[in-house]
Amino acid sequence: MSVLVYVEQAEGKFKKSVFEAVSYAKAIADQQSTNLTAISIGDVADSELKELGKYGASKVLNVSADQLKTFVNQAYASVIAAAAEKEGADIVVLSNSFSGKGLAPRIAVKLKAGLADGAVDLPSTDGKFAVKKTAFSGKAFAITELTSANKVIALNPNAFGVKENATDAAIETFTADVKQSDLGTVIKEIVRATDKVSLPDAELVVSAGRGLKGPENWGMIEELAGLLGAATACSKPVSDADWRPHSEHVGQTGIAISPNLYIAIGISGAIQHLAGVSSSKVIVVINKDPEAPFFKVADYGIVGDAFEVVPKLIEALKAHKG
Amino acid sequence: MKILVCISNVPDTTTKITFTNDNTEFNTAGVQYIVNPYDEIALSRAIELTEGGKGTVTVINVGEAANDPTIRKALAIGADDAIRVNAAPRDAYFVAKQIAEYAKGKDFNLILTGRESIDYNGNQVAAMVGEFLDIPSVSIIKKLAIDGDTATIEREIEGGKEVLTVSGKFIASCAEGVAEPKIPNMRGIMSARTKPLNVVDAVDAEEVTKVIKYETPAPRGTVKLIPADQTESLIDLLHSEAKVI
Repeated sequence: MSVLVYVEQAEGKFKKSVFEAVSYAKAIADQQSTNLTAISIGDVADSELKELGKYGASKVLNVSADQLKTFVNQAYASVIAAAAEKEGADIVVLSNSFSGKGLAPRIAVKLKAGLADGAVDLPSTDGKFAVKKTAFSGKAFAITELTSANKVIALNPNAFGVKENATDAAIETFTADVKQSDLGTVIKEIVRATDKVSLPDAELVVSAGRGLKGPENWGMIEELAGLLGAATACSKPVSDADWRPHSEHVGQTGIAISPNLYIAIGISGAIQHLAGVSSSKVIVVINKDPEAPFFKVADYGIVGDAFEVVPKLIEALKAHKG
Repeated sequence: MKILVCISNVPDTTTKITFTNDNTEFNTAGVQYIVNPYDEIALSRAIELTEGGKGTVTVINVGEAANDPTIRKALAIGADDAIRVNAAPRDAYFVAKQIAEYAKGKDFNLILTGRESIDYNGNQVAAMVGEFLDIPSVSIIKKLAIDGDTATIEREIEGGKEVLTVSGKFIASCAEGVAEPKIPNMRGIMSARTKPLNVVDAVDAEEVTKVIKYETPAPRGTVKLIPADQTESLIDLLHSEAKVI
């Protein structure tokens, strides 16, 4: 019995959400009085792998086969499942990232495991292994019992936090047979905007809606986000009108996020939008309509015209930062 | 080209979510059901890919007879025929097993689902079906083009996108961008009544998960309103009270 955590690398580096998944997996390993092993696939330097020890991984399996340098869903799932079997891990943890969402179900089937994806808390320890996960697009949580012997959990970004728990990580090379049929998908191109904060795991998010009147008015939203180090987001009508890309659409049919701070500008707060953002820790609403439903679920609000309030907010923020 | 599209029957997006029986069951009273919006995107792309006699689209749903109106809606949008696996959908593992069992040995070139269902937000079925059938799966795709035996796919990654190709049979879960959702026209609605909707029996599947209780998010306190000309107080509050900046 042990816990295995998959640590997803991007260009040889681990992101905060990975350290969060390791911290979470370590807490589960402690609950179960067992050890935590991490598995990394791709080109990652030993010094970066050692970092995982800081969050409680006592062993790191390093897979660096040539065919696995870039993400191949099927093959990665096979390697992670093989590692779980070899290590005798009955709990596999990963981040509920875009790639994690593709991997977790395949690993679960290979291990005949129940899967809790979108987990937001540690499993219960009252005899039932039950995990709280998001359901109904943020309108509720489902406490889901994993009744199988093996278990897979995909943790939502920003749900648990990064917790240091220093130990010395022993790095081991891990090799697994990769079937040719597991290599069906071939990556042709990866485009990553390195100058922008990625929305799904952003801690701060500045979002705007139809109240902005047109795509040409997003300059001040981007400036505000830039000052805060925040990601930008938008409401559905805005992405439907192609003012902003679909990847920025948060809400029930877009992506659900749970940042520490969500600033909604010119968004009225339809139930579908609220579904995607209601688990944000602090919500600020700026809207000229005092009756906008969004104010009912906000922590702080300013009733006013975005075109007057946002520039003032930018000035105030610049003054605050000195 | 033969395409199988998996559709889920979900509460309308405007539904207020409540629970009954000591928060152990979803309260279905007065709830309107729809085709899961992401599955509609998958279905719309499947129809585009087969238009003009280039193939057929079959939709499959795992559910009881109460789902038939939702399945008919998918037929009205333009699917050629439908399969309903007659069982209450217990969890994603169960649903995926049923779909894989049905698709096994049939000559579907492509299987599509939505990126997730808007009720349990799983995003599990596509990759699970892929695993059961031992074919590639690509999750959360934004674009899908098919040229002969090779598909070119764009999928979302954190802060960007990935372009990949896949040859032969595969399954993908579709997000916004793959297609504009099609709206049924009168001819579609009329013909949906007579298109085949075949009911098949479910196969056994292990129980691996069980929802034991639901919770709703804790209500927030009353909003603290700040006058529009005092934006600096908002910054102060976010810094010293909320401690988020």
